Amino acid sequence: MQKSLHIDPAKCTGCLQCEMACSYEHTGTINPSKSRIKVFDFEHEGRKVPYTCTQCADAWCMNACPVDAIVVDAATGAKVVREATCVGCKVCTIACPFGTVNYMADVGKVQKCDLCGGDPECAKACPTAAITYVDADWTGLDRMRAWAAKANTAAVAA
Amino acid sequence: MGWNRKVLRVNLTAGTCTPEPLNMAWANDYLGSRGLASKYLVSEIDPKVDPLSPDNKMIMATGPLTGTMASTGGRYTVVTKGALTNAIACSNSGGFFGAEMKFAGWDMIIFEGRSPKPVYLYVENDKAELRDAAHLWGKTCWQTEETIKASHQDPLIRVSSIGGAGENQVLFACIVNDLHRAAGRSGVGAVMGSKNLKAVAIRGTKGVSGIKDFPAFLAAANAGKKVLADNAVTGQGLPKYGTQVLMNVINEMGALPTRNHRDVQFEEAGKISAEAMHEKRPTDGKPHLVTNAACFGCTIACGRISKIDETHFSVKNSPQYWGASGGLEYEAAWALGAANGVGDLEALQYANLLCNEHGMDPISFGATVGAAMELYDLGILSREQIGVDAKFGSAEALCQLVEMTAKGEGFGKELGLGSARLCAKYGRPELSMSVKGQEFPAYDSRGIQGMGLAYATSNRGACHLRGYTVASEVLGIPVKTDPLVTDGKPELVKAFQDATGVFDSAGICIFTSFAWTLADVQPQLQAACEGDWSMDKLNAVGERIWNMERQFNLAAGLSAKDDDLPPRLKTEPAKSGPAKGLVNGLDKMKPEYYKVRGWTPDGVPEKATLERLGL
Repeated sequence: MQKSLHIDPAKCTGCLQCEMACSYEHTGTINPSKSRIKVFDFEHEGRKVPYTCTQCADAWCMNACPVDAIVVDAATGAKVVREATCVGCKVCTIACPFGTVNYMADVGKVQKCDLCGGDPECAKACPTAAITYVDADWTGLDRMRAWAAKANTAAVAA
Repeated sequence: MGWNRKVLRVNLTAGTCTPEPLNMAWANDYLGSRGLASKYLVSEIDPKVDPLSPDNKMIMATGPLTGTMASTGGRYTVVTKGALTNAIACSNSGGFFGAEMKFAGWDMIIFEGRSPKPVYLYVENDKAELRDAAHLWGKTCWQTEETIKASHQDPLIRVSSIGGAGENQVLFACIVNDLHRAAGRSGVGAVMGSKNLKAVAIRGTKGVSGIKDFPAFLAAANAGKKVLADNAVTGQGLPKYGTQVLMNVINEMGALPTRNHRDVQFEEAGKISAEAMHEKRPTDGKPHLVTNAACFGCTIACGRISKIDETHFSVKNSPQYWGASGGLEYEAAWALGAANGVGDLEALQYANLLCNEHGMDPISFGATVGAAMELYDLGILSREQIGVDAKFGSAEALCQLVEMTAKGEGFGKELGLGSARLCAKYGRPELSMSVKGQEFPAYDSRGIQGMGLAYATSNRGACHLRGYTVASEVLGIPVKTDPLVTDGKPELVKAFQDATGVFDSAGICIFTSFAWTLADVQPQLQAACEGDWSMDKLNAVGERIWNMERQFNLAAGLSAKDDDLPPRLKTEPAKSGPAKGLVNGLDKMKPEYYKVRGWTPDGVPEKATLERLGL
């Protein structure tokens, strides 16, 4: 079964435990500025939204890369940057419509979410289950269940 | 490890920024944040210094757990001699600023002297420079954050700043970071203003790498998070209701100070409670509360984000206040509400927004309004003098006075002095509900006896965060004690005071202590910091910090007579509720407390006590 990160912004409190976990997994330091998942704070609406790579099936970044540095991890479906191959040309950062591939000036390479090889640290660190790692075919399952419950209530009431 | 081992010293007079190594011998004795910064302060300033003079210093400090996965590990403190209290001050704030300081590679920033003109400090990792703040002076805290981020073209900068209150030396001005988090009490914002320092802006991309044993630390941090998640208060009550969960509870206990402590129960408490914040308003069909929110690294998320009623008289012509913003928390709701007899939730949120925007402590502001309302009620102050009809319960008066105080207009200038100076000026000093010049928070010590002793002996003036015996006396944490008796309270107060010093110095939030004891913090510190951090050592650190702060205050000229409560609490019995007929038994508890502390009957630490603690 292929799995996918599933993000429910309504549950996010903005604590940044996901950013800490991501940066620690990939750099060995606690450093949200190096995190591949970012929480955006829309302060005047009171909403926090975690955002990261959606792992496009036909990935714009991968198609744009002139040196084939972005490859598919067969086990997880993640589009992964091979750092040794990446030349830091940044074309993928332009190709990505969502901004989730980013250039790291200190290493001269790009970085993006790689699903931590199939066990994403952000999902494990999230205290409110705003970030979960679920069956990629059924990312809508929770929402369907919520609507089904409503329909069920109506039926019971009638 | 745990620390960055680096201090930034900023001489505002000379305009210099100089790095220096952290004194690791002191870190080993005082841990970090509150304890360590206080050690620097007491070693570097004359205790008798005028808090608003260039000779006072102000330190912004993180702890070893700040900027880590330890739950709530985002705290920083501001340590200085308090403008309101003339005592040592340490104000603690959450948000994201503290972690950013750590990520930029610093443990603390020491500010000394006074800049000849308004400046702000800009820190980008190792680079630190003072920049002209002429364009920021006069701006609110909210505008200051926005302007700095825009001018540096960097939305990820974190900012801590003062508003008009700090610039105008309102004596209870605070320092606001991340829009609605504040180092709130004791007038630390007035000290910052006196130094012509408008803001500190930090961007840190170095991260925290100095954890002694990362795998052990992650295991300890995760174990701590589980304890918080499984606890009814930190896992359910605080995320759902915020600190406001206490409003109805404390009112029912007869410990909700009302109308300047004339009463201990507020007949309209329900209207300003957590439950009321969840209810849909008749005007627009929306609840006041939008969502809860977390500070950096916090897995509790007690913060409140609310939207004010756009049709309310206070804001109907001011759309700039219609967006979601911080509040109401319990202390602010109490001080702006029950303390003045105001039961209009939207008016309280308006006053709270202005406190955040202009940088004022809502506790001291609200309680000072309560004192002014009593002076008005007694005919000592007239409507002409105040400029508004300041009767108890008037939401209109509250909303007008908050703006006048923040902007230093008319009678607002006098309110900005705090209740102690205000009441003294009009010949009724006993009507100031304060200790060491600082106003009480939201617990009446006639209904919660231990808090009377905690307030009277607090090193920073009346405060619930120096020894929160409410946890034991009301909530039964870690053990239930009877709130109506004085027996055992001296020992209880000492234990809470000492433990709190460690929580504050670690860089975590004191609210974890609803679920954690020091035994839950200890493994996290042990794994993060080099050296031995056993329970015995932590207990000693807490007691050492308390005695060091005490020594400073004694040298500053305070004495046992300043460890006192206003006569009202010792002579006017509670009129209703479970504590009806009771006064606070401070005079019984205080001598015993001094003994438990190893102090003389005059409240001076015995030589043996100081030697035992290495002071």
